[in-house]
Order: sequence, then C-alpha cells, then structure tokens
Amino acid sequence: MTEKTPVLRLEGIVKTFPGVRALDGVSLTLLPGEVHALMGENGAGKSTLMKVLGGIYQPDEGQIIVDEQPVVMSGPLEAKAKGIVFIHQELSLATELSVAENIYLGELPRKRFGLVDWAQLEANTNKILKKLNVGFNAKTRVGSLSIANQQMVEIARALTVDAKAVIFDEPTASLTDAEKVVLFEVIADLQSQGVGIAYISHRMEEIFKITDRISVLRDGQYQGTVNTAETDEEGVTQMMIGRKLDLSRNESHHELGEVAIEVRGLSCGNLYEDVSFEVRRGEVVGFYGLVGAGRTEIAETLFGLRNPSAGTILMDGEEVTIQSPADAIARGISLVPEDRKGQGLVLGMNCRDNMTLPQVGDLTAGPFVSDGAEVAIFDQYRDKLDIRTPGWRQTVGNLSGGNQQKIVIGKWLSMHPNVLIVDEPTRGIDVGSKSEIHNLIRELAAQGYAVIVVSSEMPEVLHVSDRIVAMYMGRIIRTFTSEEVTEDNLIQAISGIGGGKAA
Amino acid sequence: MAEKNLDAVGRFLARQGILVAFVLFMVGFSLWNPRFIDIDNVFGVIRSSAILGVMALGVTFVVIGGNLDLSVGSLMSFSAIVVLDLHENPAFGPYLAIPAMFAMTMAIGALIGFLVGYLRLNSLIVTLGMLSAIHGLTLTWSGGQNMDIANQDATWFGVFGRGTALGIPIPVLMFGLLAAVLAILLAKTPFGRKVYAVGGNGTAATFSGIPRARVVFFTYIISSFCVATAGLIQASRTMGAQNTVGQGMELEVLAAVILGGASLLGGSGTVFKTVIGVLILGFIQNGLLLAGLEFYVQFVVTWVIIILAVWLDIATKRGKLWSAIA
Repeated sequence: MTEKTPVLRLEGIVKTFPGVRALDGVSLTLLPGEVHALMGENGAGKSTLMKVLGGIYQPDEGQIIVDEQPVVMSGPLEAKAKGIVFIHQELSLATELSVAENIYLGELPRKRFGLVDWAQLEANTNKILKKLNVGFNAKTRVGSLSIANQQMVEIARALTVDAKAVIFDEPTASLTDAEKVVLFEVIADLQSQGVGIAYISHRMEEIFKITDRISVLRDGQYQGTVNTAETDEEGVTQMMIGRKLDLSRNESHHELGEVAIEVRGLSCGNLYEDVSFEVRRGEVVGFYGLVGAGRTEIAETLFGLRNPSAGTILMDGEEVTIQSPADAIARGISLVPEDRKGQGLVLGMNCRDNMTLPQVGDLTAGPFVSDGAEVAIFDQYRDKLDIRTPGWRQTVGNLSGGNQQKIVIGKWLSMHPNVLIVDEPTRGIDVGSKSEIHNLIRELAAQGYAVIVVSSEMPEVLHVSDRIVAMYMGRIIRTFTSEEVTEDNLIQAISGIGGGKAA
Repeated sequence: MAEKNLDAVGRFLARQGILVAFVLFMVGFSLWNPRFIDIDNVFGVIRSSAILGVMALGVTFVVIGGNLDLSVGSLMSFSAIVVLDLHENPAFGPYLAIPAMFAMTMAIGALIGFLVGYLRLNSLIVTLGMLSAIHGLTLTWSGGQNMDIANQDATWFGVFGRGTALGIPIPVLMFGLLAAVLAILLAKTPFGRKVYAVGGNGTAATFSGIPRARVVFFTYIISSFCVATAGLIQASRTMGAQNTVGQGMELEVLAAVILGGASLLGGSGTVFKTVIGVLILGFIQNGLLLAGLEFYVQFVVTWVIIILAVWLDIATKRGKLWSAIA
C-alpha cells in the first residue's frame, strides 16, 4: 500500500466557526483503489470536512493535496475539474429532464450554431450507463426512475470526468437491499479502476462489507485510521464515542399496566386495512415493516392527521374520535414524527421555543407567555435527556441530529402523554445518540408510558420492543412477543411470505 | 484574535445591519444637508410615514406567517372612500361611519384570510387578485367620483389626520400606540409565537397541534384592521379621497417590511424592525426630495430598495454576496 501515490491527502485541516472548533487538525490519506470509510457521530465534523474538500468552506489551516500537488478548492466545480467527485445523500436532479440531460447538464455536447448534439449526447450517456449495468437508458425521464436508479444517475454524472476520488455521503440511506448490491458492484468497479473511494455511512454492516480502511472523527478531532480487517463493530464504536455500546435484545420485564390505547378494525382508504392492536401502560410495541406498509399512516391517524374510514379507537376503554392533532394532544397522545426537520422542528426557532411549542398557549402569566415557565421546562428536559447545546437561545438548526431529535422527544415528554408514538426515532442519527434514545424509550416504558415505536431498522425494533407488530401492504400479518420473535420469522412476516395468522 | 473580532462584527452586522445602515444613512445625509435633521423635518417625515407605517405593522404579521399581502394599498383606498361616503350619509354620520368601515374592511380581510388560510391558496395570487377586485369594488361604490366632506368645519372627523395631543400629531400617536400593542402581541403572547412557528415551518406547527389555518386567518384580520386604521387617518387628513389614494402603497409597505429584515420566506422579523424599515424608507424619500429630485424618482428608488433588501437578506443567509446554489 505504501508505494502507491495517494490520490488525495488532507493535512492538518482546521476549521473554526464562531464558538466551535469544527475541525481540529484533521489529516486523511486516500489511496487509489481503496474504499475508505469516514465515520463519526453526527456533529463529529464529517460534513464540515467534506465541505472543506468541496471548496464550500475554506480551511483556516492545513492543506488539500491532490496527486501530491497542494490545491485551493474554490467550489464544487473546481473540485470536480480536479477529479474529486461528490455523490450526495440528497439527490440534486432535474426530474423533468432525461437521464442524458441530467448527466451532462451544463456541459451538453454542441454542434453547429450552438445546438445540442443529441446523437453524441445519447451515445456518451449510454456508454456510461453500460458501465453501471442499469436497466434504463439515456432517454428515460429521471422523474420516472426509482430513488435507487436516480442515485445511479448521480453516480453516472461522476463518471463523466476522469474521477480520481469519489466521495459517497450516506448513499444507501434510501436504497433497498437489492439496490445496495448494485451500488456495491459499482463501487467495486470504480475501485478496480484505481479510483479512491471515500465512504461516509452510519451503517456498520456496510462499512465492514465494502471498506478497506476506516478513519474516525470525534468532536472534530481525528481519532485514527484502522484496517477494516483488523477491527470490529465494537472497536470502531469505541473510537467514535469513546465507550462501549449495548446492542442486546430487550429483556427487561417490568409489570405491565392497564390497556392505554386500543384500536379495533381501523382502516384508512387503501393505506391500511382492518388494523387491530392494543398497547398497555409500561409496554413498548414496535411496528415493523417495509416502507409503504402503512405504519406511519397508522401513527398519523392516531395523532389526528388522517381520518380513518372505518374502525374505532379506544383510550382507557372509552371510544374516542380524534380529528386533529389538538384533539390527540388533549387526549394525551404525542407523536415524534419521522421527518425531524420537516415535521418535528421549526429549524429557525430557538431550542426552548421549539420544545414548548405544543403547550405555549397554556404557559401563560396573564395574557403573556411566561418566560420563566418555559425556561424551567427546557432546563428540566435538557438535563433529563442530556441535550448538548450552549443554551436555550441556540437556533435548533445548528444542533446535531441527535440533539435535534432529543429536543423533539423533550417537546413531547413535557406534555406528559399517556401514549407516546415515536416514528423512526433514530433515522440519520449516529450510533452514540442512537443507543441513548433506545435506552430512553425503555426507561419511559418502565415509568409507565405506553410507547409505540415505528421503525424500519430490525435491530432497533428487536432491541426496544416488548411486542412487535409485523405489517405488510397495509395489513397486520402477525404480532410477536419478544420471546417468539426471530430475525427470520420477522423478515418472512413483513415480506408477506407465509407467516401465521395474527397471534 | 483580530479575525475573531471581525467575526463578531460580521455577526452583529448580520443581526443589526438595518440599524447600522439607518444610523450611517442619517449621519451621512445630515452632514451633506443640515436641513435633513432639522426637528421640523424629522417630525414631518415621521408624520408622513404614519399611514404607510400603520399598514406595514399589519403586513409584518402576514409576512412572518409566511404569506404576502399585496392588497393593502387597494384596500386602503376602499376604506377611505367608504368612511367618507358613510360620513356624508345622514343615516350614518361620523359615529357610525367609522365602525361600519372597519367592519367592511375587516370582512374583506377575513375573506382573504379564509382563502389563504383555510383553502390554502397561494397568497401572492389571492392578494394580487384582491388588489384588482377591491379596486373595482371601490369604483363601484363611488361611481368613479372622488369623495369629499362637504362641510369640513362642521365635523370633528379631521381629528385623526390633523389633530395633535401633547404636541404630537395624532397619526404619529396612533402609529406609535398600534406599534406598541402589536409588538407585544407578536413578541409576548402565545398567538405571536404561533405566527412565527407557522411561518417558520407550517408542517411542524401542524404536528405540534397548532391550528395553522386559523393563525394565518388572523394575520390577515390584523392586516385589514391596520389598513382600516390607515384609511381612517388618510380620509381624516384630507377630508376627501380619490379612488386611487392607496395605489402602489402595497409595494412601499412590502419594501418597509423587508427592509426591516422580515424574511419573505416567513418565520422572522419583528414589529420594531418594521418600524425602523418604515422610517428608513421615509427618510430616504425625504432625502431625495431635499436633494432636489423629482417626487416620481421615489417609485424607482423604492423598487431598488426592495431588490437590495431581498438580496442582502439572501446574501447574509448564504454568507456570501453571490452563489450558484441557494
């Protein structure tokens, strides 16, 4: 390995923002033909590092070296011209244009009079697509492609230049297992052509499957680089968070209380049908299934965001109608929604105001909002949930994902709900915060909350749930107790394969 | 260390830039022409800004709530014409004319609020359409004629536009009082907080149990109340009005609100900043007149100010003056 010339080197990169040292002397070497994982908790500095590399931020100290030549990056276009290509987690495609137009956007081949040379464009594009082995062609409209295939278009875009290094930022976040396989083949292919690959992801199994080396950042500081073959999940986790992680099954069995919420024959158009279940106080019920199985829609119905077309909801044995979130809140139902930034938070508002938003109408002294009462609530839940922020005046948009999620959870805990619904509680959150949130969910149940957890991550569901409801295509296939459930029978149930009747 | 100080200065400018610009502008203009800060001139500017200012207070709520209101100029003409006409109607007289005009103006505000809040139609389209529709309504009411109070000495109606209390013109007092009340409403009450939440992220507000439609509806009610107040001052000051008295004011109002730093994307801005925005606009227009430029130049200048203010707003958010990606 040592004889090879690194395609890309970062040396002693320092980047400070007012009050924060986001990157503190980070160095990284990317060799040709290696897949190099970059890991770290949210807020560890990964995205800042990528922005420095892409020329969006200028480093305060340190150097970027491409092919042993120090360079100054002025922006993403210059980075691309130097052979450094980014594949972003969020797609940036023009959905109404064709695949070919997207790939060559801004550099369409021209012929006389500046007209687009369509034949040339199509030929070039198909050549690239062939390398990627995809099932669509140059003329396909991007909007008609699946998310995975759209990601392929992003990758194809990267291949139009002679890439030296390709940086993947959480590329599998929205991919199915089959689609991941294709992505990994593409990565292996790039690798064999001598391209250096930087791979940012939170998903351990992927990291151990495809990477050669792992570099870890913690709090903006470089923690070291290890060969993937010589470490394991625990080792990496320890580097990332500086302690061990508990990933065992849930085995705590405290006493369960009364049924807090019961649902009988609930249906909502063709989103889900004939759904029945109950949740007791002190119990965590996990809802597991594929995307589109109807889990989030059930949660939204219980929270008054959708009107059911049939069925009844009972709380403490009494039939209730919930027509708006305000109704739900009045009945003691809280929902931590799946889209933290879109649904959970007003990003431009400060921490305290976000946390007290659902009850701001009640926190009054005379006609005015009581500052003191608000700060008291914020302080209480900041301490309880260990939210790390300089103070309540901090804008929520500036917090890391894990801390943002804790603000949302704090917001709903402070309502003292009877039923707490959490939808994808750890999506896009680093491992450290993830396990904190899992422990918190268990703890809440032990305190007597009835908790519903909707999740697409099997380890999460297995870890936190007392019972697991498996859904497929809008129907409950089976309900497992934590003793019966295995990874196999759970997967079968959510794929609609066999699976017994509801237990 | 010097760099850190620069950073701090940068952040201060980003947050309080509008105040700094205001002070610099005032100092610069005063040095150039001492008449500019003559006490009479200053009071003159504040007084002539009062009508615009009252309207801008209401539009501040609408903009923070994430919407636009381009109908305020047209609606102000309507309220001025209506109150003058009812004043002359023996069945009404000044005592009934004023509440009747407020009720009608706010009914139109309620209609806009319903369309934008509950039906969730695009506020730009709705209020642009209302601008035209209300103008038609005004002309129908007046038959295209100007409205005048025939016997101006026989009524106390002029007090809102011409009167003074403790040496301060009533329009300025009304502007100040309304600004104080609305500033408290926006900054200190649950309703104000909800306006910020709805404008900042309407979906998250809904997911927090805030009735988004109702909040938006009330921002338009507030806006129309302010417009009615402005119409009253206008009608009272001139004791007569043309059908087009408020024409074009929607842009000036918007300029003042944006100049004050409210983001067109919603969720940010304050009443105090809007007041500063109103004063800056007033003093700029006054400065141009003192500089001997034609009155009509201000239409161009207003537009340039809007563009500059929007640009600065976006640029401070991006951290640079120009960017290919938002």
